[in-house]
Amino acid sequence: MTDATFNPETLKRNPTSPRTLFSLFMSGVAGLFMTMAIIPLFIILFYLLYKGISALNFQVLVQLPPPPMVEGGGFGNAILGTVIMVAIGTLISLPVGVMAAIYLSEFSRGQLASWTRFATNVLSGVPSIIVGVFAYGVLVLTFKTYSAWAGGFALAILMLPTIVRTTDEALQLVPQDVRQASTGLGANDYQTVLQIVLPAAIPAIITGVTLALARAAGETAPLIFTALFTQFWPNWDKLLAEPTASLAVLVYNFAIVPFKNQQELAWAASFILVLLVLLTSIISRLATSTRKY
Amino acid sequence: MINHQSAKQTEAVIKTENVNVYYGNFLAVAGIYLDIAKNQVTAFIGPSGCGKSTLLRCYNRLNDLIPSFKLQGAITYHNQNLYAPEIDPVQVRRRIGMVFQRPNPFPKSIYENIAFGARINGYQGDMDELVEKSLRQAALWDEVKDKLRQSGLALSGGQQQRLCIARTVAIQPDVVLMDEPCSALDPISTLKVEELIHQLKENYTIIIVTHNMQQASRVADYTAFFNVRTTEKGDRQGYLVEYDRTEKIFQNPKEEATQQYVSGRFG
Ligand SMILES: Nc1ncnc2c1ncn2[C@@H]1O[C@H](COP(=O)(O)OP(=O)(O)OP(=O)(O)O)[C@@H](O)[C@H]1O
Ligand SMILES: [Mg+2]
Repeated sequence: MTDATFNPETLKRNPTSPRTLFSLFMSGVAGLFMTMAIIPLFIILFYLLYKGISALNFQVLVQLPPPPMVEGGGFGNAILGTVIMVAIGTLISLPVGVMAAIYLSEFSRGQLASWTRFATNVLSGVPSIIVGVFAYGVLVLTFKTYSAWAGGFALAILMLPTIVRTTDEALQLVPQDVRQASTGLGANDYQTVLQIVLPAAIPAIITGVTLALARAAGETAPLIFTALFTQFWPNWDKLLAEPTASLAVLVYNFAIVPFKNQQELAWAASFILVLLVLLTSIISRLATSTRKY
Repeated sequence: MINHQSAKQTEAVIKTENVNVYYGNFLAVAGIYLDIAKNQVTAFIGPSGCGKSTLLRCYNRLNDLIPSFKLQGAITYHNQNLYAPEIDPVQVRRRIGMVFQRPNPFPKSIYENIAFGARINGYQGDMDELVEKSLRQAALWDEVKDKLRQSGLALSGGQQQRLCIARTVAIQPDVVLMDEPCSALDPISTLKVEELIHQLKENYTIIIVTHNMQQASRVADYTAFFNVRTTEKGDRQGYLVEYDRTEKIFQNPKEEATQQYVSGRFG
Protein backbone atom coordinates (compact mmCIF):
# COMPACT_ATOMS: atom_id res chain seq x y z
CA MET A 1 0.00 0.00 0.00
CA THR A 2 1.36 3.40 -0.87
CA ASP A 3 1.09 6.55 1.23
CA ALA A 4 -1.45 8.00 -1.15
CA THR A 5 -4.02 5.31 -0.37
CA PHE A 6 -3.40 5.27 3.37
CA ASN A 7 -6.11 6.95 5.40
CA PRO A 8 -4.98 7.83 8.98
CA GLU A 9 -8.62 7.86 10.08
CA THR A 10 -8.64 4.05 9.89
CA LEU A 11 -6.30 3.90 12.91
CA LYS A 12 -8.72 5.76 15.16
CA ARG A 13 -10.94 4.08 17.70
CA ASN A 14 -14.50 3.70 16.54
CA PRO A 15 -16.78 3.31 19.61
CA THR A 16 -19.81 2.19 17.63
CA SER A 17 -18.29 -0.39 15.32
CA PRO A 18 -19.81 -3.87 15.74
CA ARG A 19 -16.42 -5.23 16.69
CA THR A 20 -15.97 -2.78 19.56
CA LEU A 21 -19.52 -3.35 20.77
CA PHE A 22 -19.15 -7.10 20.67
CA SER A 23 -15.90 -6.88 22.60
CA LEU A 24 -17.55 -4.70 25.23
CA PHE A 25 -20.47 -7.08 25.47
CA MET A 26 -18.23 -10.10 25.91
CA SER A 27 -16.18 -8.34 28.62
CA GLY A 28 -19.44 -7.64 30.39
CA VAL A 29 -20.58 -11.24 30.15
CA ALA A 30 -17.25 -12.51 31.47
CA GLY A 31 -17.42 -10.03 34.35
CA LEU A 32 -20.94 -11.13 35.19
CA PHE A 33 -19.99 -14.79 35.34
CA MET A 34 -16.91 -13.95 37.40
CA THR A 35 -19.17 -12.29 39.96
CA MET A 36 -21.51 -15.27 39.91
CA ALA A 37 -18.52 -17.53 40.62
CA ILE A 38 -17.36 -15.65 43.71
CA ILE A 39 -20.75 -14.64 45.10
CA PRO A 40 -21.40 -18.06 46.72
CA LEU A 41 -18.21 -17.72 48.77
CA PHE A 42 -19.29 -14.39 50.19
CA ILE A 43 -22.86 -15.50 50.78
CA ILE A 44 -21.64 -18.57 52.64
CA LEU A 45 -19.20 -16.61 54.78
CA PHE A 46 -21.79 -13.98 55.55
CA TYR A 47 -24.52 -16.48 56.34
CA LEU A 48 -22.27 -18.55 58.61
CA LEU A 49 -21.19 -15.45 60.44
CA TYR A 50 -24.77 -14.25 60.73
CA LYS A 51 -26.02 -17.57 62.08
CA GLY A 52 -23.05 -18.41 64.23
CA ILE A 53 -22.27 -15.00 65.67
CA SER A 54 -24.55 -15.43 68.68
CA ALA A 55 -22.69 -18.58 69.74
CA LEU A 56 -19.30 -17.26 68.72
CA ASN A 57 -17.03 -16.27 71.60
CA PHE A 58 -13.69 -17.29 73.01
CA GLN A 59 -15.31 -19.97 75.18
CA VAL A 60 -16.38 -22.12 72.25
CA LEU A 61 -12.77 -22.39 71.10
CA VAL A 62 -11.55 -23.95 74.33
CA GLN A 63 -14.50 -25.77 75.89
CA LEU A 64 -15.90 -29.25 75.32
CA PRO A 65 -19.22 -29.93 73.57
CA PRO A 66 -22.18 -29.73 75.97
CA PRO A 67 -24.61 -32.59 76.57
CA PRO A 68 -28.19 -32.07 75.29
CA MET A 69 -30.25 -29.39 77.06
CA VAL A 70 -27.15 -27.87 78.67
CA GLU A 71 -26.25 -24.28 77.85
CA GLY A 72 -22.76 -23.06 76.95
CA GLY A 73 -19.92 -25.35 75.98
CA GLY A 74 -17.87 -25.28 72.82
CA PHE A 75 -15.86 -27.41 70.41
CA GLY A 76 -12.20 -26.99 71.37
CA ASN A 77 -11.68 -30.74 71.08
CA ALA A 78 -13.12 -30.73 67.56
CA ILE A 79 -10.78 -27.95 66.42
CA LEU A 80 -7.80 -29.81 67.86
CA GLY A 81 -9.02 -33.10 66.38
CA THR A 82 -9.41 -31.59 62.91
CA VAL A 83 -5.94 -30.02 63.10
CA ILE A 84 -4.40 -33.32 64.26
CA MET A 85 -6.08 -35.44 61.60
CA VAL A 86 -5.38 -33.00 58.79
CA ALA A 87 -1.76 -32.86 59.95
CA ILE A 88 -1.52 -36.67 59.93
CA GLY A 89 -3.12 -36.71 56.49
CA THR A 90 -0.66 -34.13 55.18
CA LEU A 91 2.35 -35.85 56.72
CA ILE A 92 1.41 -39.06 54.90
CA SER A 93 0.18 -37.71 51.59
CA LEU A 94 2.73 -34.93 51.03
CA PRO A 95 5.89 -37.04 50.78
CA VAL A 96 4.12 -39.89 48.99
CA GLY A 97 2.34 -37.55 46.59
CA VAL A 98 5.35 -35.39 45.77
CA MET A 99 7.62 -38.40 45.26
CA ALA A 100 5.03 -40.06 43.04
CA ALA A 101 4.68 -36.89 41.00
CA ILE A 102 8.46 -36.58 40.66
CA TYR A 103 8.55 -40.12 39.36
CA LEU A 104 5.68 -39.45 36.96
CA SER A 105 7.02 -36.20 35.61
CA GLU A 106 10.77 -36.83 35.61
CA PHE A 107 11.48 -40.52 35.31
CA SER A 108 8.61 -42.42 33.79
CA ARG A 109 7.87 -42.76 30.15
CA GLY A 110 4.93 -43.89 28.06
CA GLN A 111 2.38 -46.44 29.21
CA LEU A 112 3.25 -46.70 32.89
CA ALA A 113 3.06 -42.95 33.35
CA SER A 114 -0.23 -42.53 31.55
CA TRP A 115 -1.79 -45.42 33.47
CA THR A 116 -0.60 -44.00 36.77
CA ARG A 117 -2.02 -40.57 35.86
CA PHE A 118 -5.28 -42.25 34.92
CA ALA A 119 -5.36 -44.15 38.20
CA THR A 120 -4.76 -40.93 40.14
CA ASN A 121 -7.66 -39.29 38.36
CA VAL A 122 -9.90 -42.22 39.16
CA LEU A 123 -8.82 -42.06 42.80
CA SER A 124 -9.76 -38.39 42.94
CA GLY A 125 -13.21 -39.35 41.68
CA VAL A 126 -13.80 -42.00 44.36
CA PRO A 127 -16.54 -40.75 46.70
CA SER A 128 -15.11 -39.84 50.07
CA ILE A 129 -17.51 -42.17 51.87
CA ILE A 130 -15.94 -45.12 50.03
CA VAL A 131 -12.52 -43.95 51.15
CA GLY A 132 -13.93 -43.89 54.67
CA VAL A 133 -15.16 -47.46 54.38
CA PHE A 134 -11.78 -48.50 52.99
CA ALA A 135 -9.91 -46.90 55.91
CA TYR A 136 -12.40 -48.50 58.26
CA GLY A 137 -11.62 -51.91 56.81
CA VAL A 138 -7.88 -51.39 56.83
CA LEU A 139 -7.30 -49.67 60.17
CA VAL A 140 -10.40 -49.65 62.36
CA LEU A 141 -11.15 -53.35 61.96
CA THR A 142 -7.49 -54.34 62.26
CA PHE A 143 -6.79 -52.36 65.43
CA LYS A 144 -10.34 -52.73 66.73
CA THR A 145 -10.68 -49.05 67.55
CA TYR A 146 -11.68 -45.79 65.96
CA SER A 147 -8.72 -43.43 66.04
CA ALA A 148 -7.24 -40.15 64.85
CA TRP A 149 -4.77 -42.28 62.90
CA ALA A 150 -7.52 -43.95 60.91
CA GLY A 151 -9.07 -40.53 60.29
CA GLY A 152 -5.74 -39.07 59.17
CA PHE A 153 -5.15 -42.06 56.92
CA ALA A 154 -8.53 -41.62 55.23
CA LEU A 155 -7.83 -37.92 54.74
CA ALA A 156 -4.38 -38.77 53.31
CA ILE A 157 -6.00 -40.94 50.65
CA LEU A 158 -8.36 -38.11 49.79
CA MET A 159 -5.52 -35.61 49.55
CA LEU A 160 -3.18 -37.84 47.58
CA PRO A 161 -4.61 -37.44 44.06
CA THR A 162 -4.78 -33.65 44.30
CA ILE A 163 -1.18 -33.46 45.49
CA VAL A 164 0.07 -35.85 42.83
CA ARG A 165 -1.78 -34.06 40.05
CA THR A 166 -0.85 -30.50 40.98
CA THR A 167 2.78 -31.42 41.66
CA ASP A 168 2.98 -33.36 38.41
CA GLU A 169 1.59 -30.37 36.52
CA ALA A 170 3.86 -27.93 38.34
CA LEU A 171 6.93 -30.00 37.50
CA GLN A 172 5.95 -30.22 33.86
CA LEU A 173 5.68 -26.44 33.68
CA VAL A 174 9.40 -26.16 34.41
CA PRO A 175 10.98 -25.75 30.97
CA GLN A 176 12.97 -28.63 29.51
CA ASP A 177 15.79 -26.17 28.75
CA VAL A 178 16.51 -25.76 32.43
CA ARG A 179 16.82 -29.50 32.97
CA GLN A 180 19.20 -29.69 30.03
CA ALA A 181 21.25 -26.80 31.42
CA SER A 182 21.57 -28.59 34.71
CA THR A 183 22.45 -31.89 33.07
CA GLY A 184 24.91 -30.07 30.83
CA LEU A 185 26.76 -28.80 33.88
CA GLY A 186 27.32 -32.34 35.06
CA ALA A 187 24.43 -32.63 37.49
CA ASN A 188 23.02 -36.12 37.91
CA ASP A 189 19.28 -36.77 37.86
CA TYR A 190 18.73 -36.37 41.55
CA GLN A 191 20.69 -33.11 41.73
CA THR A 192 18.73 -31.74 38.80
CA VAL A 193 15.38 -32.69 40.29
CA LEU A 194 16.02 -31.72 43.90
CA GLN A 195 18.05 -28.56 43.37
CA ILE A 196 16.68 -27.11 40.14
CA VAL A 197 13.31 -28.51 39.10
CA LEU A 198 11.61 -28.95 42.47
CA PRO A 199 12.52 -25.51 43.88
CA ALA A 200 11.17 -23.91 40.71
CA ALA A 201 7.88 -25.75 41.16
CA ILE A 202 7.43 -25.21 44.89
CA PRO A 203 4.99 -22.29 44.79
CA ALA A 204 2.61 -24.25 42.55
CA ILE A 205 3.04 -27.36 44.70
CA ILE A 206 2.13 -25.42 47.84
CA THR A 207 -1.01 -24.17 46.14
CA GLY A 208 -1.97 -27.76 45.36
CA VAL A 209 -1.29 -28.96 48.87
CA THR A 210 -3.39 -26.14 50.28
CA LEU A 211 -6.25 -27.12 48.01
CA ALA A 212 -6.03 -30.72 49.13
CA LEU A 213 -5.79 -29.70 52.75
CA ALA A 214 -8.79 -27.43 52.51
CA ARG A 215 -10.85 -30.18 51.03
CA ALA A 216 -9.72 -32.71 53.63
CA ALA A 217 -10.50 -30.38 56.52
CA GLY A 218 -14.14 -30.26 55.50
CA GLU A 219 -14.62 -33.98 54.86
CA THR A 220 -17.24 -35.60 57.07
CA ALA A 221 -18.11 -38.99 55.64
CA PRO A 222 -14.67 -40.62 55.88
CA LEU A 223 -14.25 -39.41 59.46
CA ILE A 224 -17.56 -40.88 60.56
CA PHE A 225 -16.18 -44.29 59.61
CA THR A 226 -12.73 -43.81 61.05
CA ALA A 227 -12.50 -41.25 63.85
CA LEU A 228 -16.15 -41.17 64.83
CA PHE A 229 -16.74 -38.48 67.46
CA THR A 230 -16.26 -37.92 71.13
CA GLN A 231 -17.21 -35.38 73.75
CA PHE A 232 -13.67 -35.46 75.11
CA TRP A 233 -10.26 -34.08 74.27
CA PRO A 234 -7.95 -36.14 72.05
CA ASN A 235 -6.20 -38.64 74.28
CA TRP A 236 -2.42 -38.36 73.99
CA ASP A 237 -1.85 -41.03 76.63
CA LYS A 238 -3.55 -43.56 74.41
CA LEU A 239 -1.53 -42.26 71.46
CA LEU A 240 -4.69 -40.92 69.79
CA ALA A 241 -5.99 -44.45 69.35
CA GLU A 242 -9.46 -43.47 70.47
CA PRO A 243 -12.48 -41.89 68.80
CA THR A 244 -11.53 -38.31 67.96
CA ALA A 245 -13.74 -35.27 67.48
CA SER A 246 -13.58 -33.14 64.36
CA LEU A 247 -15.30 -29.95 63.29
CA ALA A 248 -16.95 -31.53 60.27
CA VAL A 249 -18.48 -34.41 62.24
CA LEU A 250 -19.48 -32.02 65.03
CA VAL A 251 -21.36 -29.87 62.55
CA TYR A 252 -23.01 -32.97 61.12
CA ASN A 253 -24.03 -34.24 64.58
CA PHE A 254 -25.19 -30.94 66.05
CA ALA A 255 -26.99 -29.61 63.01
CA ILE A 256 -29.54 -32.41 63.12
CA VAL A 257 -30.39 -32.40 66.83
CA PRO A 258 -33.43 -30.41 68.01
CA PHE A 259 -31.55 -28.29 70.57
CA LYS A 260 -30.99 -24.61 69.92
CA ASN A 261 -27.64 -24.39 71.71
CA GLN A 262 -26.25 -27.31 69.71
CA GLN A 263 -27.52 -25.85 66.46
CA GLU A 264 -25.88 -22.53 67.17
CA LEU A 265 -22.64 -24.30 68.01
CA ALA A 266 -22.89 -26.08 64.68
CA TRP A 267 -23.12 -22.73 62.90
CA ALA A 268 -20.20 -21.34 64.86
CA ALA A 269 -18.14 -24.48 64.16
CA SER A 270 -18.87 -24.17 60.43
CA PHE A 271 -17.67 -20.61 60.51
CA ILE A 272 -14.48 -21.55 62.33
CA LEU A 273 -13.86 -24.39 59.88
CA VAL A 274 -14.14 -22.08 56.88
CA LEU A 275 -11.99 -19.51 58.65
CA LEU A 276 -9.28 -22.11 59.38
CA VAL A 277 -9.19 -23.15 55.75
CA LEU A 278 -9.08 -19.54 54.62
CA LEU A 279 -6.25 -18.76 57.02
CA THR A 280 -4.23 -21.74 55.85
CA SER A 281 -4.64 -20.65 52.24
CA ILE A 282 -3.61 -17.10 53.00
CA ILE A 283 -0.61 -18.09 55.07
CA SER A 284 0.65 -20.56 52.50
CA ARG A 285 0.21 -17.93 49.80
CA LEU A 286 2.22 -15.41 51.78
CA ALA A 287 4.85 -17.91 52.82
CA THR A 288 5.80 -18.84 49.28
CA SER A 289 7.31 -16.52 46.76
CA THR A 290 5.61 -15.84 43.46
CA ARG A 291 5.50 -18.41 40.70
CA LYS A 292 8.72 -18.75 38.77
CA TYR A 293 7.29 -19.93 35.45
CA MET B 1 30.65 -39.29 0.40
CA ILE B 2 33.33 -39.51 3.02
CA ASN B 3 35.01 -36.45 4.42
CA HIS B 4 37.97 -37.51 6.44
CA GLN B 5 39.90 -34.37 6.99
CA SER B 6 41.66 -34.27 10.29
CA ALA B 7 43.37 -31.51 12.17
CA LYS B 8 46.83 -32.77 11.34
CA GLN B 9 49.08 -30.19 12.91
CA THR B 10 47.78 -30.50 16.47
CA GLU B 11 46.68 -33.36 18.61
CA ALA B 12 43.02 -34.33 18.19
CA VAL B 13 41.15 -34.31 21.48
CA ILE B 14 37.83 -35.47 20.05
CA LYS B 15 37.45 -37.83 17.12
CA THR B 16 34.22 -38.35 15.27
CA GLU B 17 34.26 -41.55 13.27
CA ASN B 18 31.53 -42.32 10.78
CA VAL B 19 28.79 -40.96 12.99
CA ASN B 20 25.11 -41.23 12.05
CA VAL B 21 22.54 -39.59 14.28
CA TYR B 22 18.93 -40.71 14.23
CA TYR B 23 15.83 -39.24 15.82
CA GLY B 24 13.59 -42.30 15.67
CA ASN B 25 13.85 -43.50 12.08
CA PHE B 26 14.87 -40.08 10.81
CA LEU B 27 18.56 -39.94 9.93
CA ALA B 28 19.33 -36.33 10.89
CA VAL B 29 23.08 -36.31 10.43
CA ALA B 30 24.92 -38.81 8.25
CA GLY B 31 28.45 -40.08 7.89
CA ILE B 32 30.45 -37.57 9.88
CA TYR B 33 34.23 -37.92 10.19
CA LEU B 34 35.70 -34.99 12.05
CA ASP B 35 38.59 -34.52 14.49
CA ILE B 36 38.66 -31.63 16.93
CA ALA B 37 42.07 -30.11 17.62
CA LYS B 38 43.20 -29.57 21.18
CA ASN B 39 43.34 -25.97 22.44
CA GLN B 40 41.95 -24.69 19.19
CA VAL B 41 38.64 -23.14 18.25
CA THR B 42 36.56 -25.08 15.77
CA ALA B 43 33.54 -23.43 14.17
CA PHE B 44 30.52 -25.30 12.80
CA ILE B 45 28.77 -23.38 10.08
CA GLY B 46 25.92 -24.30 7.76
CA PRO B 47 22.31 -23.59 6.96
CA SER B 48 19.57 -23.98 9.55
CA GLY B 49 18.53 -27.56 10.20
CA CYS B 50 21.72 -29.16 8.90
CA GLY B 51 22.42 -30.77 12.26
CA LYS B 52 25.04 -28.54 13.85
CA SER B 53 23.31 -28.51 17.23
CA THR B 54 22.55 -32.19 16.95
CA LEU B 55 26.19 -33.10 16.38
CA LEU B 56 27.41 -30.66 19.02
CA ARG B 57 25.14 -32.20 21.62
CA CYS B 58 26.55 -35.64 20.84
CA TYR B 59 29.92 -34.54 22.20
CA ASN B 60 28.69 -34.27 25.77
CA ARG B 61 25.96 -36.91 25.51
CA LEU B 62 23.25 -34.35 26.00
CA ASN B 63 21.16 -36.01 23.31
CA ASP B 64 20.74 -38.89 25.76
CA LEU B 65 17.88 -36.83 27.17
CA ILE B 66 15.94 -37.23 23.92
CA PRO B 67 14.19 -40.62 23.99
CA SER B 68 14.22 -41.12 20.21
CA PHE B 69 17.91 -40.28 19.84
CA LYS B 70 20.24 -42.97 18.46
CA LEU B 71 23.89 -42.74 17.48
CA GLN B 72 25.89 -45.01 15.21
CA GLY B 73 29.65 -44.83 14.82
CA ALA B 74 32.09 -43.66 17.45
CA ILE B 75 32.95 -40.44 19.20
CA THR B 76 36.17 -40.64 21.15
CA TYR B 77 37.55 -38.21 23.70
CA HIS B 78 41.21 -38.76 24.50
CA ASN B 79 40.77 -42.05 22.64
CA GLN B 80 37.97 -43.21 24.95
CA ASN B 81 34.71 -43.99 23.18
CA LEU B 82 32.15 -41.69 24.81
CA TYR B 83 29.31 -44.04 23.92
CA ALA B 84 30.90 -47.16 25.37
CA PRO B 85 28.56 -48.83 27.87
CA GLU B 86 30.87 -48.28 30.85
CA ILE B 87 30.98 -44.51 30.35
CA ASP B 88 29.07 -42.34 32.84
CA PRO B 89 27.49 -39.46 30.90
CA VAL B 90 27.52 -37.31 34.05
CA GLN B 91 31.32 -37.48 34.13
CA VAL B 92 31.50 -36.70 30.41
CA ARG B 93 29.46 -33.53 30.89
CA ARG B 94 31.71 -32.37 33.70
CA ARG B 95 34.64 -32.43 31.27
CA ILE B 96 32.75 -31.18 28.25
CA GLY B 97 30.62 -28.14 29.10
CA MET B 98 27.91 -26.57 27.02
CA VAL B 99 26.40 -23.16 26.29
CA PHE B 100 22.97 -23.47 24.71
CA GLN B 101 21.41 -21.83 21.68
CA ARG B 102 18.66 -20.29 23.83
CA PRO B 103 19.64 -18.70 27.15
CA ASN B 104 18.39 -20.93 29.96
CA PRO B 105 19.40 -19.60 33.37
CA PHE B 106 18.13 -21.43 36.45
CA PRO B 107 15.26 -19.78 38.32
CA LYS B 108 17.73 -18.86 41.05
CA SER B 109 19.83 -15.86 41.94
CA ILE B 110 22.65 -14.79 39.64
CA TYR B 111 25.14 -15.93 42.26
CA GLU B 112 23.47 -19.33 42.66
CA ASN B 113 23.34 -19.82 38.91
CA ILE B 114 27.11 -19.95 38.90
CA ALA B 115 27.64 -21.56 42.29
CA PHE B 116 25.34 -24.50 41.51
CA GLY B 117 27.54 -26.03 38.82
CA ALA B 118 30.73 -25.41 40.76
CA ARG B 119 29.27 -26.94 43.89
CA ILE B 120 27.99 -30.13 42.29
CA ASN B 121 31.39 -30.51 40.66
CA GLY B 122 33.00 -30.45 44.07
CA TYR B 123 34.57 -27.00 43.93
CA GLN B 124 36.28 -26.34 47.25
CA GLY B 125 37.77 -22.86 46.82
CA ASP B 126 36.36 -19.42 47.50
CA MET B 127 32.93 -19.28 45.88
CA ASP B 128 32.67 -15.48 45.84
CA GLU B 129 35.96 -15.31 43.99
CA LEU B 130 34.88 -17.90 41.45
CA VAL B 131 31.58 -16.14 40.83
CA GLU B 132 33.31 -12.82 40.25
CA LYS B 133 35.99 -14.32 38.02
CA SER B 134 33.47 -16.22 35.89
CA LEU B 135 31.22 -13.19 35.52
CA ARG B 136 34.19 -11.05 34.52
CA GLN B 137 35.22 -13.62 31.93
CA ALA B 138 31.75 -13.53 30.47
CA ALA B 139 31.85 -9.70 30.41
CA LEU B 140 28.86 -9.49 32.75
CA TRP B 141 30.41 -8.52 36.07
CA ASP B 142 30.02 -4.76 35.79
CA GLU B 143 26.36 -5.04 34.94
CA VAL B 144 25.37 -7.37 37.77
CA LYS B 145 27.90 -6.88 40.57
CA ASP B 146 25.37 -4.99 42.69
CA LYS B 147 22.53 -7.44 42.21
CA LEU B 148 24.03 -10.88 42.56
CA ARG B 149 21.10 -11.97 44.75
CA GLN B 150 18.51 -11.10 42.12
CA SER B 151 16.94 -13.77 39.97
CA GLY B 152 18.84 -14.73 36.84
CA LEU B 153 15.51 -14.67 35.01
CA ALA B 154 15.21 -10.92 35.61
CA LEU B 155 18.14 -10.22 33.27
CA SER B 156 17.80 -9.27 29.62
CA GLY B 157 18.16 -12.02 27.02
CA GLY B 158 21.74 -11.07 26.21
CA GLN B 159 22.69 -10.82 29.86
CA GLN B 160 21.10 -14.21 30.48
CA GLN B 161 23.22 -15.71 27.74
CA ARG B 162 26.39 -14.28 29.25
CA LEU B 163 25.29 -15.62 32.63
CA CYS B 164 25.01 -19.05 31.01
CA ILE B 165 28.50 -18.66 29.59
CA ALA B 166 29.81 -17.66 33.02
CA ARG B 167 28.09 -20.68 34.53
CA THR B 168 29.78 -23.04 32.08
CA VAL B 169 33.19 -21.42 32.47
CA ALA B 170 32.88 -21.74 36.23
CA ILE B 171 32.95 -25.54 36.15
CA GLN B 172 36.27 -25.35 34.27
CA PRO B 173 35.67 -28.03 31.69
CA ASP B 174 38.29 -29.21 29.19
CA VAL B 175 36.09 -28.65 26.21
CA VAL B 176 33.45 -25.94 25.84
CA LEU B 177 30.65 -26.48 23.34
CA MET B 178 28.94 -23.25 22.35
CA ASP B 179 25.75 -23.34 20.35
CA GLU B 180 25.35 -19.89 18.78
CA PRO B 181 26.39 -18.19 22.01
CA CYS B 182 26.13 -14.72 20.49
CA SER B 183 22.84 -14.94 18.63
CA ALA B 184 21.09 -12.87 21.32
CA LEU B 185 23.95 -10.44 21.95
CA ASP B 186 24.69 -6.90 20.84
CA PRO B 187 27.91 -6.28 18.89
CA ILE B 188 29.86 -5.11 21.93
CA SER B 189 29.00 -8.11 24.10
CA THR B 190 29.66 -10.29 21.08
CA LEU B 191 33.19 -8.91 20.85
CA LYS B 192 33.62 -9.49 24.57
CA VAL B 193 32.53 -13.10 24.22
CA GLU B 194 34.92 -13.50 21.31
CA GLU B 195 37.69 -12.11 23.50
CA LEU B 196 36.71 -14.65 26.11
CA ILE B 197 36.95 -17.41 23.52
CA HIS B 198 40.45 -16.24 22.65
CA GLN B 199 41.42 -16.35 26.31
CA LEU B 200 39.83 -19.72 26.94
CA LYS B 201 41.77 -21.22 24.06
CA GLU B 202 44.89 -21.22 26.20
CA ASN B 203 43.45 -23.93 28.40
CA TYR B 204 40.33 -25.19 26.72
CA THR B 205 39.23 -26.68 23.46
CA ILE B 206 36.25 -24.89 21.97
CA ILE B 207 33.63 -25.82 19.43
CA ILE B 208 31.33 -22.99 18.43
CA VAL B 209 28.28 -23.09 16.20
CA THR B 210 27.66 -19.80 14.46
CA HIS B 211 25.62 -18.29 11.67
CA ASN B 212 27.91 -15.30 11.59
CA MET B 213 30.62 -15.75 8.96
CA GLN B 214 32.70 -12.87 10.30
CA GLN B 215 32.59 -14.40 13.73
CA ALA B 216 33.74 -17.74 12.42
CA SER B 217 36.62 -16.12 10.57
CA ARG B 218 37.53 -14.01 13.60
CA VAL B 219 37.54 -16.67 16.30
CA ALA B 220 37.98 -20.07 14.67
CA ASP B 221 41.19 -21.87 13.81
CA TYR B 222 39.26 -24.60 12.02
CA THR B 223 35.90 -24.45 10.35
CA ALA B 224 33.52 -27.24 9.42
CA PHE B 225 30.86 -26.52 6.84
CA PHE B 226 27.70 -28.64 6.99
CA ASN B 227 24.89 -28.76 4.50
CA VAL B 228 21.55 -30.50 4.04
CA ARG B 229 20.50 -32.74 1.21
CA THR B 230 17.06 -34.14 0.56
CA THR B 231 16.94 -37.93 0.35
CA GLU B 232 14.67 -39.93 -1.94
CA LYS B 233 12.27 -40.36 0.99
CA GLY B 234 12.06 -36.60 1.30
CA ASP B 235 14.01 -36.37 4.55
CA ARG B 236 16.38 -33.51 5.09
CA GLN B 237 19.71 -35.01 5.99
CA GLY B 238 22.71 -33.12 7.34
CA TYR B 239 26.25 -33.96 6.24
CA LEU B 240 29.73 -32.53 6.47
CA VAL B 241 30.81 -30.83 3.25
CA GLU B 242 34.23 -29.57 4.09
CA TYR B 243 36.50 -29.23 7.10
CA ASP B 244 39.76 -27.37 7.08
CA ARG B 245 41.69 -24.48 8.52
CA THR B 246 39.48 -21.40 8.66
CA GLU B 247 41.58 -19.39 6.16
CA LYS B 248 41.30 -22.24 3.71
CA ILE B 249 37.52 -22.51 4.08
CA PHE B 250 36.99 -18.81 3.67
CA GLN B 251 39.56 -18.02 1.00
CA ASN B 252 40.14 -21.14 -0.97
CA PRO B 253 37.60 -23.88 -0.27
CA LYS B 254 37.67 -27.12 -2.20
CA GLU B 255 33.94 -27.37 -2.66
CA GLU B 256 31.75 -25.11 -4.72
CA ALA B 257 28.97 -25.18 -2.07
CA THR B 258 31.35 -23.96 0.63
CA GLN B 259 32.49 -21.12 -1.60
CA GLN B 260 28.89 -20.10 -2.16
CA TYR B 261 27.90 -20.34 1.47
CA VAL B 262 30.79 -18.36 2.93
CA SER B 263 30.43 -15.63 0.36
CA GLY B 264 26.71 -15.35 1.05
CA ARG B 265 25.57 -16.64 -2.33
CA PHE B 266 23.64 -19.64 -1.19
CA GLY B 267 20.33 -21.35 -1.66
N1 LIG C 1 14.55 -33.48 19.51
C1 LIG C 1 14.43 -33.71 18.20
N2 LIG C 1 13.58 -34.67 17.76
C2 LIG C 1 13.44 -34.91 16.44
N3 LIG C 1 14.10 -34.26 15.46
C3 LIG C 1 14.96 -33.29 15.83
C4 LIG C 1 15.16 -32.96 17.22
N4 LIG C 1 16.07 -31.96 17.29
C5 LIG C 1 16.40 -31.68 16.01
N5 LIG C 1 15.74 -32.47 15.13
C6 LIG C 1 15.89 -32.45 13.67
O1 LIG C 1 17.25 -32.66 13.35
C7 LIG C 1 17.66 -31.82 12.30
C8 LIG C 1 18.86 -31.01 12.73
O2 LIG C 1 18.47 -30.11 13.75
P1 LIG C 1 19.52 -29.19 14.50
O3 LIG C 1 18.83 -28.54 15.62
O4 LIG C 1 20.71 -29.99 14.82
O5 LIG C 1 19.88 -28.10 13.37
P2 LIG C 1 20.87 -26.88 13.41
O6 LIG C 1 21.88 -27.10 12.36
O7 LIG C 1 21.37 -26.67 14.79
O8 LIG C 1 19.91 -25.68 12.99
P3 LIG C 1 19.90 -24.16 13.51
O9 LIG C 1 21.01 -23.48 12.80
O10 LIG C 1 18.57 -23.66 13.05
O11 LIG C 1 20.05 -24.17 14.96
C9 LIG C 1 16.46 -30.97 11.93
O12 LIG C 1 15.87 -31.54 10.78
C10 LIG C 1 15.53 -31.10 13.10
O13 LIG C 1 14.20 -31.08 12.68
MG1 LIG D 1 21.04 -25.21 16.30
